Amino acid sequence: MSTVLVRRPGLARLRSTDPRSPLHVLCVGFVGVLTLAALLAPWLAPHDPNAVDLGNALAGTSAHHPLGADAAGRDTLSRLLVGARTSLLGPLGVVTFSTVTGVAVGMAAAWRGGWLDSVLSRSAELVFAFPGLLLAILIISVYGEGLVAPVVALAVAYFPYVSRLTRSLVLAERERPYVSAYVVQGNGALQICLRHVLPNIAPVVLAQATISFGYALMDLAGLSFLGLGVPALTPDWGRMVFDGQSAVQQGYPLSAVLPCVLIVLTVVAFNVAGEGWADRVARRDR
Amino acid sequence: MNVLRFVVRRLAEMALTLLAASFVVFGALYLAPGSPASFLLSGRSASPAAIAAINAQYHLDDPFAVRYLRWLGDVLRGDFGRSITYRTDVSALLTDRLPTTLLLVAMTLTVVMVIGLLLGRLAAVRGGVTDSAVLVGTTFAVGTPSFVAAVLLQGLFAVRLGWFPSSGDGDGIADMLWHLTLPAVALALYLVGMLARVTRSAMLDALAGEHVTVARSRGVPERQVIRRHVLRNALGTVLTTAGLIVSTLLVSTILVESAFSVGGVGQLLELATTTKDFPTVQAISLIIVALFMAVNLVVDLLLPLVDPRIALTSGRSSA
Repeated sequence: MSTVLVRRPGLARLRSTDPRSPLHVLCVGFVGVLTLAALLAPWLAPHDPNAVDLGNALAGTSAHHPLGADAAGRDTLSRLLVGARTSLLGPLGVVTFSTVTGVAVGMAAAWRGGWLDSVLSRSAELVFAFPGLLLAILIISVYGEGLVAPVVALAVAYFPYVSRLTRSLVLAERERPYVSAYVVQGNGALQICLRHVLPNIAPVVLAQATISFGYALMDLAGLSFLGLGVPALTPDWGRMVFDGQSAVQQGYPLSAVLPCVLIVLTVVAFNVAGEGWADRVARRDR
Repeated sequence: MNVLRFVVRRLAEMALTLLAASFVVFGALYLAPGSPASFLLSGRSASPAAIAAINAQYHLDDPFAVRYLRWLGDVLRGDFGRSITYRTDVSALLTDRLPTTLLLVAMTLTVVMVIGLLLGRLAAVRGGVTDSAVLVGTTFAVGTPSFVAAVLLQGLFAVRLGWFPSSGDGDGIADMLWHLTLPAVALALYLVGMLARVTRSAMLDALAGEHVTVARSRGVPERQVIRRHVLRNALGTVLTTAGLIVSTLLVSTILVESAFSVGGVGQLLELATTTKDFPTVQAISLIIVALFMAVNLVVDLLLPLVDPRIALTSGRSSA
């Protein structure tokens, strides 16, 4: 999605994203609970997420299946819990890969300038022309479905946003006196960048990475919804919506609505947490 | 301000990027494991005659550069090759399905522009509880992917209440509008949230300006202050966002058309990807990229008209 990493103007005034606001605390807490649930999923899940029980197909909530079962009789709670792993691991891969390469490339471009800078901005221009989801679909159509191809494709699509942000941050940082002081003291470029510039730009970059985590989650869930993401049997929230859609049309919405709700809550939580963090960083810099 | 030079320069830049993009779209085929012929025929009966036909159609016996230039020449003449799944010309498939997608995009854009602007304006002008309600609502709207909205709307309004059809695209214009209402709303939700937030903050920025205080102290009616001095100043930001909205829409139609089985270009791309119909995937990808860039160009051209403080520069658009 091309809105990734574009800092929405005027957010500093949003009361709801004030770092100390209850909403912000709630969202950070939700992200924590979610991570814990994903880590402990195999122990928390009451059933095998892939155990088919056709006698229980589309069952409602019961003591045995607290959140009901899907069209194949698989326990929805277990699938949601185990699905949290794939659903969070994918975006984590996208964000990690795009942030690491984006920071490295953006920093090199800003520090060196010259031909390196122009080659990098030209290639970023090309990637900008491909919306993330489209690039992912193009790559999937060649390599086939799976988790790796979409994650790599989205990481490539998100990377220029990070490199452009880093480039502008490093350009601003270079002008500050402490950098000249280190240069005069004879420190190498690599050392100054890694030890002194990187820690200074890290909060802004990480806050943006938190926000793009939500976008990556939406894009990856969308691909799974198209049947182009994770393989059919892997529990995954987007895939669960895809599997549950025919049940929705038959009037049994529970197995599709629950993953929908989790997707929305997770994206909102990451957005609010990331924006709150970005605001705090912006205020401190002022 | 030399408009003509700017346009020529931007068009040249766009042509270069498109050329590079076409190379990516074409070259992707050669990243596939195995020979291009076996990839193009994957999962289908590969009689020697079929392989010979594929080799001839894609000129696979020629060197890579020749193949690329031939393909590019065909594309420039509007010939995207033959669909492997449908066994017809891809361009025929596209002309068949494009009207549906364009109608869906037009409906969504209308909804987004009207409701997004109204909500943003309401939040900025009223403040207080209205503002908080709009903020909370839009926070959830921008966290809802279009396919989630599609499934939820389908469950509620099509299955439970039965107000709208749950799938298909209908015959005749009235029936089509009725069939496309839910898909358009599903597409619009996220974008309404985005536009309302941008409009709100752009208007708040404008409201804080000294010119507004001056206008008010001169006794200009508040309605007129909002319309002529606040909304007018926010228009540039809104236009930039509108460009983003159109390009996001082009991609989201893939998800929503699939969810509602609407026979448009987006659903075609999804079907073509699952059936490994590569010529169709290439054609649609290239068209979306071209539209994406065209929208950016149009926004860059309109921006100085809306906000004269922005001069035309050849700098990159803030997409």
